[in-house]
Amino acid sequence: MIRLLFTIIAGVLLGGVVHLVSVLALPRIATNDAYSRLAPVTQVNAVTALPLADPNHAPMPFMDPAFAQAVCRYDLSDGPIKLTVPVSQAYTSVSFYTRSDVAYYAINDRSAGRKLIELDLMTEAQHAALPEEEDVTAADRLIIDSPTATGLILLKALAPEPGLMPQAQASLAAASCKVQSDLPAKQAEAPMAKR
Amino acid sequence: MRLIFITLLALLLATAVGLGATWITATRGTDLGTLTIGAWTARPKTGTADVDPYSRASIARSGELPVGTGDGVAFSATTDDRKQPLDGRCDVVVSGVTPAARFWTLTLYDQNGHLVANSLQRYGFTSEEIVREADGTFEIRVAARARAGNWLPTGGIERYALMLRLYDTPVGVATRTARDAPMPSVAVVGCP
Repeated sequence: MIRLLFTIIAGVLLGGVVHLVSVLALPRIATNDAYSRLAPVTQVNAVTALPLADPNHAPMPFMDPAFAQAVCRYDLSDGPIKLTVPVSQAYTSVSFYTRSDVAYYAINDRSAGRKLIELDLMTEAQHAALPEEEDVTAADRLIIDSPTATGLILLKALAPEPGLMPQAQASLAAASCKVQSDLPAKQAEAPMAKR
Repeated sequence: MRLIFITLLALLLATAVGLGATWITATRGTDLGTLTIGAWTARPKTGTADVDPYSRASIARSGELPVGTGDGVAFSATTDDRKQPLDGRCDVVVSGVTPAARFWTLTLYDQNGHLVANSLQRYGFTSEEIVREADGTFEIRVAARARAGNWLPTGGIERYALMLRLYDTPVGVATRTARDAPMPSVAVVGCP
Protein backbone atom coordinates (compact mmCIF):
# COMPACT_ATOMS: atom_id res chain seq x y z
CA MET A 1 0.00 0.00 0.00
CA ILE A 2 2.74 2.41 1.02
CA ARG A 3 4.66 1.39 -2.03
CA LEU A 4 1.72 2.28 -4.28
CA LEU A 5 1.33 5.67 -2.60
CA PHE A 6 5.03 6.30 -3.08
CA THR A 7 4.69 5.36 -6.75
CA ILE A 8 1.85 7.84 -7.22
CA ILE A 9 3.73 10.68 -5.52
CA ALA A 10 6.83 9.94 -7.59
CA GLY A 11 4.70 9.86 -10.74
CA VAL A 12 3.11 13.23 -10.02
CA LEU A 13 6.45 14.86 -9.17
CA LEU A 14 7.99 13.46 -12.34
CA GLY A 15 4.86 14.70 -14.16
CA GLY A 16 5.70 18.23 -13.03
CA VAL A 17 9.11 17.91 -14.64
CA VAL A 18 7.59 16.52 -17.84
CA HIS A 19 5.14 19.46 -17.85
CA LEU A 20 7.86 22.11 -17.50
CA VAL A 21 10.06 20.52 -20.13
CA SER A 22 7.22 20.11 -22.60
CA VAL A 23 6.01 23.72 -22.16
CA LEU A 24 9.51 25.01 -22.82
CA ALA A 25 10.01 22.64 -25.76
CA LEU A 26 6.64 23.28 -27.44
CA PRO A 27 7.66 26.47 -29.33
CA ARG A 28 10.65 24.60 -30.76
CA ILE A 29 8.86 21.46 -31.85
CA ALA A 30 5.55 23.02 -32.98
CA THR A 31 5.00 22.22 -36.66
CA ASN A 32 1.91 24.32 -37.12
CA ASP A 33 3.06 27.65 -35.70
CA ALA A 34 2.79 30.88 -37.67
CA TYR A 35 6.30 30.66 -39.16
CA SER A 36 5.77 27.10 -40.38
CA ARG A 37 2.37 28.03 -41.82
CA LEU A 38 3.78 31.02 -43.70
CA ALA A 39 7.07 29.47 -44.85
CA PRO A 40 5.61 27.53 -47.82
CA VAL A 41 3.65 30.52 -49.17
CA THR A 42 6.27 33.24 -48.76
CA GLN A 43 9.62 33.97 -50.37
CA VAL A 44 12.77 34.71 -48.44
CA ASN A 45 13.69 38.41 -48.24
CA ALA A 46 10.75 39.58 -50.33
CA VAL A 47 7.33 40.98 -49.52
CA THR A 48 4.48 38.54 -50.08
CA ALA A 49 0.89 39.75 -49.76
CA LEU A 50 -1.27 37.48 -47.63
CA PRO A 51 -4.76 36.60 -48.86
CA LEU A 52 -7.55 38.32 -46.97
CA ALA A 53 -8.89 36.31 -44.08
CA ASP A 54 -12.18 34.62 -44.93
CA PRO A 55 -14.16 31.91 -43.12
CA ASN A 56 -12.98 29.00 -45.24
CA HIS A 57 -9.27 29.59 -45.45
CA ALA A 58 -7.05 31.98 -43.61
CA PRO A 59 -3.26 31.69 -43.49
CA MET A 60 -3.36 32.02 -39.70
CA PRO A 61 -6.08 31.93 -37.03
CA PHE A 62 -7.27 35.16 -35.37
CA MET A 63 -6.34 37.42 -38.30
CA ASP A 64 -7.94 40.84 -38.26
CA PRO A 65 -10.16 40.99 -41.39
CA ALA A 66 -10.05 44.81 -41.44
CA PHE A 67 -6.37 44.76 -42.41
CA ALA A 68 -4.48 44.12 -45.61
CA GLN A 69 -1.45 42.11 -44.54
CA ALA A 70 1.85 41.16 -46.10
CA VAL A 71 4.83 39.22 -44.82
CA CYS A 72 8.54 39.44 -45.37
CA ARG A 73 10.21 36.25 -44.24
CA TYR A 74 13.79 37.29 -43.63
CA ASP A 75 17.12 35.56 -43.46
CA LEU A 76 19.95 37.83 -42.33
CA SER A 77 22.78 35.43 -43.15
CA ASP A 78 23.44 37.28 -46.43
CA GLY A 79 23.56 40.68 -44.76
CA PRO A 80 21.25 43.28 -43.22
CA ILE A 81 17.77 43.87 -44.62
CA LYS A 82 16.38 47.21 -45.67
CA LEU A 83 12.64 47.54 -45.26
CA THR A 84 10.56 50.37 -46.73
CA VAL A 85 6.81 50.55 -46.30
CA PRO A 86 4.76 53.45 -47.67
CA VAL A 87 2.21 54.73 -45.18
CA SER A 88 -1.41 54.10 -46.16
CA GLN A 89 -4.21 56.59 -45.57
CA ALA A 90 -5.52 55.24 -42.29
CA TYR A 91 -3.05 53.23 -40.29
CA THR A 92 0.04 51.21 -41.09
CA SER A 93 2.17 49.11 -38.78
CA VAL A 94 5.20 46.87 -39.02
CA SER A 95 5.76 44.06 -36.50
CA PHE A 96 8.86 41.90 -36.16
CA TYR A 97 8.79 38.28 -35.00
CA THR A 98 11.61 35.82 -34.33
CA ARG A 99 11.72 32.35 -35.85
CA SER A 100 9.71 31.14 -32.84
CA ASP A 101 6.99 33.82 -33.21
CA VAL A 102 8.10 36.15 -30.39
CA ALA A 103 7.04 39.74 -31.21
CA TYR A 104 10.25 41.58 -30.35
CA TYR A 105 9.50 44.92 -32.01
CA ALA A 106 6.56 46.75 -33.56
CA ILE A 107 6.16 50.29 -34.85
CA ASN A 108 3.24 52.19 -36.36
CA ASP A 109 3.13 55.00 -38.89
CA ARG A 110 2.79 57.73 -36.26
CA SER A 111 5.89 56.69 -34.33
CA ALA A 112 7.75 56.42 -37.62
CA GLY A 113 6.52 59.95 -38.32
CA ARG A 114 6.89 60.09 -42.10
CA LYS A 115 5.24 59.13 -45.34
CA LEU A 116 7.52 56.14 -45.50
CA ILE A 117 8.48 53.70 -42.75
CA GLU A 118 12.15 52.91 -43.28
CA LEU A 119 14.04 50.43 -41.18
CA ASP A 120 17.30 48.52 -41.25
CA LEU A 121 17.14 45.07 -39.76
CA MET A 122 20.32 43.30 -38.76
CA THR A 123 21.66 40.81 -36.26
CA GLU A 124 23.52 42.16 -33.23
CA ALA A 125 26.82 41.00 -34.73
CA GLN A 126 26.13 42.91 -37.98
CA HIS A 127 25.15 46.00 -35.98
CA ALA A 128 28.37 45.82 -34.00
CA ALA A 129 30.36 45.49 -37.24
CA LEU A 130 28.89 48.72 -38.70
CA PRO A 131 31.52 51.40 -39.24
CA GLU A 132 31.06 53.99 -36.53
CA GLU A 133 31.00 56.99 -38.89
CA GLU A 134 28.14 55.62 -40.87
CA ASP A 135 26.20 55.19 -37.67
CA VAL A 136 26.58 58.88 -36.86
CA THR A 137 25.80 60.35 -40.29
CA ALA A 138 22.68 58.24 -40.55
CA ALA A 139 21.30 59.17 -37.17
CA ASP A 140 17.78 59.27 -38.58
CA ARG A 141 18.11 55.69 -39.79
CA LEU A 142 16.18 53.35 -37.58
CA ILE A 143 18.17 50.19 -36.89
CA ILE A 144 16.48 47.14 -35.40
CA ASP A 145 18.48 44.28 -33.92
CA SER A 146 17.02 40.88 -34.62
CA PRO A 147 17.61 38.27 -31.90
CA THR A 148 17.55 35.48 -34.49
CA ALA A 149 18.96 35.27 -38.02
CA THR A 150 15.58 34.29 -39.45
CA GLY A 151 12.07 35.49 -38.67
CA LEU A 152 9.01 37.27 -39.95
CA ILE A 153 8.11 40.90 -40.58
CA LEU A 154 4.35 41.45 -40.68
CA LEU A 155 3.17 44.55 -42.56
CA LYS A 156 -0.38 45.70 -41.92
CA ALA A 157 -2.48 48.45 -43.47
CA LEU A 158 -5.95 49.21 -42.13
CA ALA A 159 -8.98 49.51 -44.37
CA PRO A 160 -11.37 51.49 -42.11
CA GLU A 161 -14.25 50.53 -44.42
CA PRO A 162 -14.43 47.47 -46.69
CA GLY A 163 -14.36 49.76 -49.76
CA LEU A 164 -10.92 51.05 -48.84
CA MET A 165 -9.32 47.60 -48.87
CA PRO A 166 -7.89 47.93 -52.42
CA GLN A 167 -6.06 51.12 -51.37
CA ALA A 168 -4.64 49.42 -48.29
CA GLN A 169 -3.49 46.48 -50.41
CA ALA A 170 -1.96 48.81 -52.98
CA SER A 171 0.09 50.63 -50.37
CA LEU A 172 1.50 47.33 -49.11
CA ALA A 173 2.21 46.21 -52.66
CA ALA A 174 4.64 49.13 -52.89
CA ALA A 175 6.58 47.94 -49.83
CA SER A 176 10.00 46.41 -50.28
CA CYS A 177 12.21 44.22 -48.17
CA LYS A 178 15.61 43.25 -49.49
CA VAL A 179 19.18 42.58 -48.60
CA GLN A 180 21.10 45.84 -48.51
CA SER A 181 23.42 46.46 -51.40
CA ASP A 182 26.76 48.15 -50.88
CA LEU A 183 25.52 51.39 -52.43
CA PRO A 184 25.05 54.26 -50.00
CA ALA A 185 21.53 54.13 -48.71
CA LYS A 186 20.85 57.81 -49.54
CA GLN A 187 20.80 57.25 -53.31
CA ALA A 188 18.19 54.59 -53.16
CA GLU A 189 15.99 56.66 -50.89
CA ALA A 190 15.78 59.84 -52.96
CA PRO A 191 13.25 58.89 -55.67
CA MET A 192 10.97 57.21 -53.18
CA ALA A 193 10.83 60.19 -50.83
CA LYS A 194 9.15 62.40 -53.45
CA ARG A 195 5.94 60.47 -53.34
CA MET B 1 8.75 -8.12 -11.56
CA ARG B 2 6.92 -5.96 -9.09
CA LEU B 3 9.60 -3.27 -9.28
CA ILE B 4 9.26 -3.10 -13.06
CA PHE B 5 5.50 -2.81 -12.77
CA ILE B 6 5.73 0.01 -10.23
CA THR B 7 8.34 1.91 -12.23
CA LEU B 8 6.20 1.63 -15.35
CA LEU B 9 3.19 2.87 -13.45
CA ALA B 10 5.11 5.89 -12.14
CA LEU B 11 6.40 6.73 -15.61
CA LEU B 12 2.97 6.40 -17.18
CA LEU B 13 1.49 8.61 -14.50
CA ALA B 14 4.26 11.17 -15.03
CA THR B 15 3.62 11.27 -18.78
CA ALA B 16 -0.14 11.61 -18.35
CA VAL B 17 0.11 14.32 -15.67
CA GLY B 18 2.87 16.27 -17.41
CA LEU B 19 1.50 16.25 -20.95
CA GLY B 20 -2.06 16.70 -19.69
CA ALA B 21 -1.08 19.83 -17.77
CA THR B 22 0.78 21.15 -20.82
CA TRP B 23 -2.22 20.49 -23.06
CA ILE B 24 -4.56 22.32 -20.69
CA THR B 25 -2.31 25.36 -20.26
CA ALA B 26 -1.59 25.58 -24.00
CA THR B 27 -5.23 25.42 -25.04
CA ARG B 28 -6.96 27.31 -22.23
CA GLY B 29 -4.13 29.67 -21.33
CA THR B 30 -3.02 30.70 -17.87
CA ASP B 31 -3.64 33.72 -15.70
CA LEU B 32 0.01 34.69 -15.97
CA GLY B 33 0.30 38.37 -16.91
CA THR B 34 -3.35 38.75 -17.87
CA LEU B 35 -5.27 42.00 -17.68
CA THR B 36 -8.97 41.38 -17.08
CA ILE B 37 -11.53 44.18 -17.36
CA GLY B 38 -15.16 43.05 -17.19
CA ALA B 39 -15.58 40.24 -19.69
CA TRP B 40 -12.38 41.19 -21.54
CA THR B 41 -8.97 39.62 -21.14
CA ALA B 42 -5.69 40.75 -22.66
CA ARG B 43 -2.12 39.56 -22.36
CA PRO B 44 -0.13 42.68 -23.21
CA LYS B 45 3.19 40.91 -22.60
CA THR B 46 2.63 38.53 -25.51
CA GLY B 47 3.50 41.48 -27.76
CA THR B 48 6.94 41.93 -26.20
CA ALA B 49 10.20 39.99 -26.12
CA ASP B 50 9.65 38.98 -22.46
CA VAL B 51 6.56 36.88 -23.16
CA ASP B 52 6.05 34.10 -20.59
CA PRO B 53 6.68 30.44 -21.57
CA TYR B 54 3.01 29.48 -21.24
CA SER B 55 1.90 32.18 -23.69
CA ARG B 56 4.70 31.16 -26.06
CA ALA B 57 3.51 27.55 -25.95
CA SER B 58 -0.07 28.58 -26.58
CA ILE B 59 0.92 30.88 -29.49
CA ALA B 60 3.04 28.11 -31.04
CA ARG B 61 0.13 25.68 -30.76
CA SER B 62 -2.54 27.95 -32.23
CA GLY B 63 -0.35 29.33 -35.04
CA GLU B 64 -1.34 32.97 -34.62
CA LEU B 65 0.97 35.98 -34.58
CA PRO B 66 0.37 38.10 -31.45
CA VAL B 67 -0.17 41.85 -31.82
CA GLY B 68 3.11 43.63 -31.08
CA THR B 69 3.13 46.20 -28.29
CA GLY B 70 4.16 49.08 -30.56
CA ASP B 71 1.20 48.20 -32.78
CA GLY B 72 -1.62 47.70 -30.28
CA VAL B 73 -3.22 45.32 -27.84
CA ALA B 74 -5.87 42.60 -28.28
CA PHE B 75 -8.66 41.94 -25.77
CA SER B 76 -10.78 38.84 -26.11
CA ALA B 77 -14.09 37.89 -24.53
CA THR B 78 -15.57 34.40 -24.50
CA THR B 79 -18.16 35.15 -21.80
CA ASP B 80 -20.54 37.98 -20.98
CA ASP B 81 -20.14 40.26 -17.94
CA ARG B 82 -21.75 37.59 -15.73
CA LYS B 83 -19.19 34.99 -16.86
CA GLN B 84 -21.76 33.00 -18.88
CA PRO B 85 -20.27 31.61 -22.13
CA LEU B 86 -21.27 33.54 -25.26
CA ASP B 87 -23.89 31.61 -27.24
CA GLY B 88 -24.37 32.40 -30.93
CA ARG B 89 -28.09 31.69 -30.73
CA CYS B 90 -28.64 34.45 -28.14
CA ASP B 91 -28.83 38.22 -28.62
CA VAL B 92 -25.79 39.86 -27.06
CA VAL B 93 -25.27 43.62 -26.82
CA VAL B 94 -21.76 45.06 -26.71
CA SER B 95 -22.12 48.68 -25.68
CA GLY B 96 -20.34 51.62 -24.14
CA VAL B 97 -16.99 53.18 -24.88
CA THR B 98 -13.52 51.89 -25.70
CA PRO B 99 -10.15 52.98 -24.28
CA ALA B 100 -8.21 55.71 -26.06
CA ALA B 101 -6.87 54.41 -29.35
CA ARG B 102 -6.43 55.76 -32.85
CA PHE B 103 -8.40 52.87 -34.30
CA TRP B 104 -10.06 49.78 -32.94
CA THR B 105 -11.65 46.73 -34.52
CA LEU B 106 -14.15 44.26 -33.06
CA THR B 107 -14.15 40.82 -34.68
CA LEU B 108 -16.10 37.61 -34.09
CA TYR B 109 -14.30 34.25 -34.31
CA ASP B 110 -15.26 30.66 -33.72
CA GLN B 111 -13.31 28.72 -31.11
CA ASN B 112 -10.53 27.85 -33.55
CA GLY B 113 -9.94 31.47 -34.53
CA HIS B 114 -11.72 31.29 -37.88
CA LEU B 115 -14.14 33.93 -39.09
CA VAL B 116 -17.80 32.92 -39.18
CA ALA B 117 -19.41 32.79 -42.62
CA ASN B 118 -22.46 34.99 -43.29
CA SER B 119 -24.14 36.38 -46.37
CA LEU B 120 -23.20 40.01 -45.57
CA GLN B 121 -19.51 39.14 -45.24
CA ARG B 122 -19.67 41.08 -42.01
CA TYR B 123 -16.97 39.66 -39.74
CA GLY B 124 -16.54 42.65 -37.47
CA PHE B 125 -16.59 46.42 -37.18
CA THR B 126 -13.90 49.07 -37.23
CA SER B 127 -14.09 52.24 -35.16
CA GLU B 128 -14.66 54.23 -38.36
CA GLU B 129 -17.68 52.40 -39.72
CA ILE B 130 -19.67 52.01 -36.51
CA VAL B 131 -22.89 53.99 -35.97
CA ARG B 132 -22.67 55.93 -32.70
CA GLU B 133 -25.04 57.76 -30.38
CA ALA B 134 -24.77 61.55 -30.02
CA ASP B 135 -22.60 61.13 -26.90
CA GLY B 136 -20.07 58.96 -28.71
CA THR B 137 -21.11 55.63 -27.20
CA PHE B 138 -22.03 52.74 -29.44
CA GLU B 139 -24.11 49.60 -29.30
CA ILE B 140 -23.39 46.46 -31.31
CA ARG B 141 -26.00 43.69 -31.51
CA VAL B 142 -24.38 40.27 -31.81
CA ALA B 143 -27.12 37.92 -32.95
CA ALA B 144 -27.92 35.09 -35.36
CA ARG B 145 -30.78 36.95 -37.12
CA ALA B 146 -30.68 40.44 -38.65
CA ARG B 147 -31.00 43.33 -36.19
CA ALA B 148 -31.30 47.10 -36.64
CA GLY B 149 -28.21 49.25 -36.15
CA ASN B 150 -24.77 47.67 -35.81
CA TRP B 151 -25.53 44.00 -36.39
CA LEU B 152 -22.72 41.46 -36.05
CA PRO B 153 -23.94 38.03 -37.28
CA THR B 154 -22.97 34.92 -35.30
CA GLY B 155 -24.14 32.42 -37.89
CA GLY B 156 -25.92 30.64 -35.03
CA ILE B 157 -22.79 28.80 -33.85
CA GLU B 158 -22.83 27.63 -30.28
CA ARG B 159 -19.65 29.18 -28.89
CA TYR B 160 -17.76 32.18 -30.18
CA ALA B 161 -15.18 34.70 -29.08
CA LEU B 162 -15.16 38.45 -29.56
CA MET B 163 -11.86 40.18 -30.05
CA LEU B 164 -11.43 43.92 -29.54
CA ARG B 165 -8.12 45.14 -30.87
CA LEU B 166 -6.89 48.62 -30.04
CA TYR B 167 -4.32 50.11 -32.39
CA ASP B 168 -1.90 52.89 -31.48
CA THR B 169 -3.06 53.02 -27.89
CA PRO B 170 -1.59 53.91 -24.49
CA VAL B 171 -3.19 50.71 -23.11
CA GLY B 172 -0.53 48.05 -22.61
CA VAL B 173 1.81 46.42 -20.16
CA ALA B 174 1.37 49.25 -17.61
CA THR B 175 -2.45 49.16 -17.65
CA ARG B 176 -4.00 47.73 -14.48
CA THR B 177 -7.61 48.82 -14.01
CA ALA B 178 -10.79 49.77 -15.82
CA ARG B 179 -10.10 53.44 -15.03
CA ASP B 180 -7.17 53.40 -17.48
CA ALA B 181 -9.08 51.31 -19.99
CA PRO B 182 -12.88 51.61 -19.93
CA MET B 183 -14.07 48.55 -21.87
CA PRO B 184 -17.55 48.10 -23.38
CA SER B 185 -20.01 45.92 -21.48
CA VAL B 186 -21.11 42.54 -22.87
CA ALA B 187 -24.68 41.63 -21.91
CA VAL B 188 -27.07 38.89 -23.01
CA VAL B 189 -30.46 40.48 -23.73
CA GLY B 190 -32.39 37.43 -24.81
CA CYS B 191 -32.16 33.80 -25.78
CA PRO B 192 -34.67 32.01 -27.98
